[in-house]
Amino acid sequence: MIQSPLAPPQAAVPRGQVLRRGLLANPLLLVGGGLVLLIVLAAIFAPLLAPLPGDAGAATHPFTVLQPPSAAHLFGTDQVGRDILSRAIYGTRVSPVIAAVVLVIACAIGVPLGVAAGYFGGWLDELIMRVTDVFLAFPPLLLALALAAVLPASLTSVTIAIAATWWPWYTRLIRGQAASVAGRPHVEACQVLGVSRSRIIFRHILPNSITPLLVQVPLDVGGVILTASALSFLGLGAQDPIPDWGLMTAEGQSYFTPDWWLVVFPGLAILLTAFAFNLLGDGLRDLLDPRRSFR
Amino acid sequence: MLAFVARRILLAILVIAGVIVVTFAVAHVVPGDPAATWAGPHATAAQIAQARTFLGLNRPLPVQLVSYLGGIAAGNLGTSIHTHRPVLSDIATAAPATLELVVTALVLAIAVGVPLGLASARRPGRPADQVIRAGSILGASMPIFWMALILQLIFSQRLHLLPAAGQYSPGLLFTHPLLKRTGSPLIDALIAGNWPMLGSALTHLILPVIVVAAFPAGLIARLVRAQVLDTIGDTHILNARALGFGERQIFGRFAMKQAWVPVSAAVALLFGYSLVNTFLVESIFDWPGLGSYAAASITTLDTPAILGVTLFVAIAYVLANLAVDIAQAAIDPRIRLR
Repeated sequence: MIQSPLAPPQAAVPRGQVLRRGLLANPLLLVGGGLVLLIVLAAIFAPLLAPLPGDAGAATHPFTVLQPPSAAHLFGTDQVGRDILSRAIYGTRVSPVIAAVVLVIACAIGVPLGVAAGYFGGWLDELIMRVTDVFLAFPPLLLALALAAVLPASLTSVTIAIAATWWPWYTRLIRGQAASVAGRPHVEACQVLGVSRSRIIFRHILPNSITPLLVQVPLDVGGVILTASALSFLGLGAQDPIPDWGLMTAEGQSYFTPDWWLVVFPGLAILLTAFAFNLLGDGLRDLLDPRRSFR
Repeated sequence: MLAFVARRILLAILVIAGVIVVTFAVAHVVPGDPAATWAGPHATAAQIAQARTFLGLNRPLPVQLVSYLGGIAAGNLGTSIHTHRPVLSDIATAAPATLELVVTALVLAIAVGVPLGLASARRPGRPADQVIRAGSILGASMPIFWMALILQLIFSQRLHLLPAAGQYSPGLLFTHPLLKRTGSPLIDALIAGNWPMLGSALTHLILPVIVVAAFPAGLIARLVRAQVLDTIGDTHILNARALGFGERQIFGRFAMKQAWVPVSAAVALLFGYSLVNTFLVESIFDWPGLGSYAAASITTLDTPAILGVTLFVAIAYVLANLAVDIAQAAIDPRIRLR
């Protein structure tokens, strides 16, 4: 890399120190990372943390329905007497997992298409990008909603519906990057040397194109969680007795005056989880790409 | 400029054609049987077969696609399975209420987001900036349906400050009847000078508008902050400083000027986003718009209605983007060359 004579000498500062400074200058990243860690731990140790693990499923306790928060039930009980705290803790195993699966599928579709469009160019590029444009012409959530509405209501449908609308963003992101890498001298040199296409793609194009994805994917976790919760709230996703926060909010809606705890706590869980991942993603972007700290 | 506009319009038409094909494809991956839904739960097999012929579902897919396209060109989005009315007339009835909500929310989002973004950019990294930044991330993390329920709980059920649902107090119709002109009670009351009705419409708007505006306001604030910080070191800003303009003028007039281009693009995006968000909010506030219609169509598995609304919203979104593209090119000639 060429260093401008006016730029301060940066090589003197060790990498670890830069990282530590970045972390300290960015308290929001630390908060986000800490919260995400807590959520992951809650998901792993849910059976140990939940006071009544059985209530995460189809249990029913007719004599303790709609109990307000108390020492026995910190978040109160729902319309069939299940402990809301236990269900909220088990909820960390539902929408965050859906978000992970959605993002993996979206990358698995979006990245190969983006690399193909960017590297090969020509009519293939045109075709892929025009199809991508059509998918991006739908406002976020709208196409997922339509798809989830025609599929049978289940978590699988929600996952398919969201993944089907998420990949075009990654295709577009990767395509630009792949096209620019494909034009670089070392790739041209490989072509002249007769290196095989698959080797060029896997050794040179792909590793050099996915950096923006490392910034984008963590930022998208919160969005997918909100989308999945919204679809479940509309009744298109999780079905009782799955302890999905969106579904719990929807079920609590008919009772929430005066039994507010049925709605307040599941919704808080969604808010906190999305907030944690958004803080983390936002902070990571600042750290990895300080020039583009805000979109 | 003319060539640019023509190219953009052509591109928009192509995209809309693609959007129609995608919604059609979605309609035909449906595992259920729309004919059976249409005929009702107690229909006989013969009646369902009749319904299939009546709805044209027994024809080959390409033929159905062509007739679907032809129908859309003629303004026909199909017949609702639930209401048995043309979907387009259902949409026309519901659209004014939604537009009233979304447009008011976007105006509020700009009115709040721009000053917050400027305040954030004035002293980057300081506590005020961090608070505004955390607040905008919080806004982006808010499950909007939950926010609607919570605001309703606090401000109408507990504090009794604001009405919980509806567009106006129905009782007012007896004392102050409202002539329906635009379908938006706010505008109709304003035109007619019906002040009690206008007041009622305004108080009913407050909660849903805050909910719909929360995310756009945060996004606009962040965008303005980033854009202003990007331009604040430019020579024309230095010149303005050297000429002795105050900081308020420097930020609000000179730095903000360039920020309006990305902000207007974001508003088009947020328009589409907010239209879809009404699907989650309107039924909570009993707001008789597209969102309530869509939510009802979803619960009754009314596929033509769901796809009609999807198509309508997607086309509105493409057209909003087109309008912003053209407006931007008119303001900034450099854009035409791209």
